Amino acid sequence: MGRFLLRRLLQLIPVFLGATLLIYFLVFSLPGDATAAICGEKGCTPAVEASLREQYNLDQPFWIQYLLYLKGIFTFDLGTNFAGQPITDILARVFPTTARLALMALAFEAVFGIAIGLFAGLKKGKFFDSTVLVFSLLVIAVPIFVLGFLMQFVVGVKLEWANPTVSGDASFTELILPALVLGLVSFAYVLRLTRTAVIENASADYVRTATAKGLSRRRVVTVHVLRNSMIPVVTFLGADLGALMGGAIVTEGIFNVNGVGNTLYRAVLNGEAPVVVSIVTVLIVVFVLANLLVDLLYAWLDPRIRYA
Amino acid sequence: MPENTQNRPTVRGAKISKYPIEHFVADPDETPLQATDSSVSDAAPVSLWLEAWRNLRTQPLFIISAILIVSVVFVALFPGLFTNEQPNANCQLANSDGGAVPGHPLGFTQQGCDILARVMYGTQSSLTIGLFATIAIVIFGGTIGAISGFFGGWVDAVLARLGDIFFALPLILGAIVVVQIPFFQENRNVWTIVLILSAFGWPQIARITRAAVIEVRDADFVIAARSLGVSRAGALIRHVIPNSLAPVIVIATITLGIFIVAESTLSYLGIGLPPDVMSWGNDIFSAKSSLRSNPMALFWPALALSLTVLSFIMLGDALQDALDPKARKR
Repeated sequence: MGRFLLRRLLQLIPVFLGATLLIYFLVFSLPGDATAAICGEKGCTPAVEASLREQYNLDQPFWIQYLLYLKGIFTFDLGTNFAGQPITDILARVFPTTARLALMALAFEAVFGIAIGLFAGLKKGKFFDSTVLVFSLLVIAVPIFVLGFLMQFVVGVKLEWANPTVSGDASFTELILPALVLGLVSFAYVLRLTRTAVIENASADYVRTATAKGLSRRRVVTVHVLRNSMIPVVTFLGADLGALMGGAIVTEGIFNVNGVGNTLYRAVLNGEAPVVVSIVTVLIVVFVLANLLVDLLYAWLDPRIRYA
Repeated sequence: MPENTQNRPTVRGAKISKYPIEHFVADPDETPLQATDSSVSDAAPVSLWLEAWRNLRTQPLFIISAILIVSVVFVALFPGLFTNEQPNANCQLANSDGGAVPGHPLGFTQQGCDILARVMYGTQSSLTIGLFATIAIVIFGGTIGAISGFFGGWVDAVLARLGDIFFALPLILGAIVVVQIPFFQENRNVWTIVLILSAFGWPQIARITRAAVIEVRDADFVIAARSLGVSRAGALIRHVIPNSLAPVIVIATITLGIFIVAESTLSYLGIGLPPDVMSWGNDIFSAKSSLRSNPMALFWPALALSLTVLSFIMLGDALQDALDPKARKR
C-alpha cells in the first residue's frame, strides 16, 4: 500500500508539471502582450510598462519565468492581482465558500444519484425506471445556466422558499439551492452509472450464490450488488470534484456566490492573466488529489485490486 | 422399483407431478451423420453492424432521435426555408420584447429581432461546432488511443501521461485559460471554438479507444492476420480498429451533444462566439438581462438547444444498446 501510494504520488509529478507548463506556455509565451490589459487603451509609459514586466517576471526568458512561477506555487506566493491584492489572500477568502458549495453538491449527487440509480436498476424496465431515465436525459440536455435561472426564478422568486442570491458569509442553508443546481447534471450521470452497474451486477453469479445461500434481500442488495457497482461511480465522483469546483463559475454567477468561480470570472473579464493562471493551477491540484483519493478508495471497495 | 407417489421424498414447496416419471432413451445412430452435415443455415452471416441496424430500426428511442437530428440538420443547411425574416436585418427597437404577432410567431428579442429567425439561423453554428469538434477528437484522440493501446510499452506510458495532462484541465476551465491568449481574443469564431473544445476533449476518446483496442488486440483473428504476414500497422488498421469502433461511436455521439452545451456555456459567459455570430448560446446570453419581462426570448433558443442535445444523447443511448449484444440480452 505504501509503495503504491508512493508510485501514484510520483506519477502525479509529470501530470502536475505538464499541466502547469501547458497553461503557463499558452498564456504567457504566445504572441501578444500580457501587460496590455493593465494599461488599457491609452497604454502605459515605457517606465511603468518596464516595472510591470519586472513585477510579473515578463522580462525574463520563458524557462526562468516558469521556474519562478513554480517556486511561487510551492512557497504560497502567487503574486498580486492588478489592484495589488495578494492572490493567496483572495483565494484564502473565497476558497472555503466554493469548497463548501462543491462538497454539498457532491454529497447531494452521491446520495440521491446512488439511491435512485440503485432503485431504478433493481426495477429495470418498470415505470419508475423509465421515468427516471427520461428525467436524467432531460437534466443532461438542458444547459446548466437555463436550469439555474429556472430554479432561481421558481424556488427563489415565486415560491420564496430560499433566497435567490447568496450573501457574503454564504451559510449552509443559503448554499442549498446553488448546490442543488451545481450537482444536478452530475446527479444524472451518477444515477445512470449506478443503474447500469446495478443491472450488470444483479445478474452476476455471485449474487445468485448469495441469494441461494439464504441471505436476506437487503443484505444481497446492499453488500453484494451495491458495493460491487460502486467502482465506476466512485471514479466519476472523484473526477467530478475538480470539475464541480471549476464548473461553479456558472452557478456562482447566477446565485452571486462570492467564491472561486466568481473570482475567476472577474479575472477573465478584466484580462488578469496571472490571476487566471494561479486559480486554475489551484483547481488542477484539487482535481489531481481527488483522483488520487479515488485510487485509494478502490482498495476498500474491491479487494481484488492489489497495490503491488 | 414400484412407483409410489406418496413415498417419494418431497421438497418443501416444490410441485410434484402425480404421473410416474418415464425415461426415453434414443436409439444409437438415430441421426445419420449425413443429415447433420447437410443441415446448412441458409441465413447470410450477420455482422455486428447489420444486427445493430436491425435492432435499431425497431427502437422508438432511435426513431425519435433520428427524426429530430435529420430535421435539425435540415434547418441548419436551409434556415431560410423556415422563416421569411433575415435574422439581423430587420430589428426594430419599437418591437423590443414584443409578443407574438402575425408573421412573427415567437415574438421579439430585447433588440426587437425576430426570435424565430434567430433560432433558425442559430442552428448552423451550434451544429457546426458540435460536429467538427467531434470529428476532430475522434480522429486525433482515436489515433492516439489506438496507437497507445496497440503498441503498449513506453509509447503507451508517454501517451497516457500526455492525456492525463489535458484531462486534468476540465473543458470549461481549459477554454477559459485559452481565451486569455491574445490570438484567441482577436480571432473568436466558430473554428477557434472548435479548436478549443477539441483540444480539451480528446483525452476521453483516447481512453475509450485504448481500452477497446486492448480488448481485441490479442484476439485470434488478429493473430491469424499477423501470422499470414500482415504488418503490425496493417493489422492495426485493417483488423483491430474496425472491430473496436463501436464504443468510440457511442461516446462520440454523446460528446457531440455535450460540445453543443459547452459552446453555449462559453457564449453565455461571454467568452465564446462574438455577439455578431448567430448562435443559441449568444441568444440565451442576451436574453438573460430581460428574463423577468420577456422569458420567452430565453425559452425558445434554450428549447432548441436542449432538443438538439437531447436527440444526440438519445441516439448515443440507442446505439449503445444496439452495439452491445451482451447488454441487449439482459
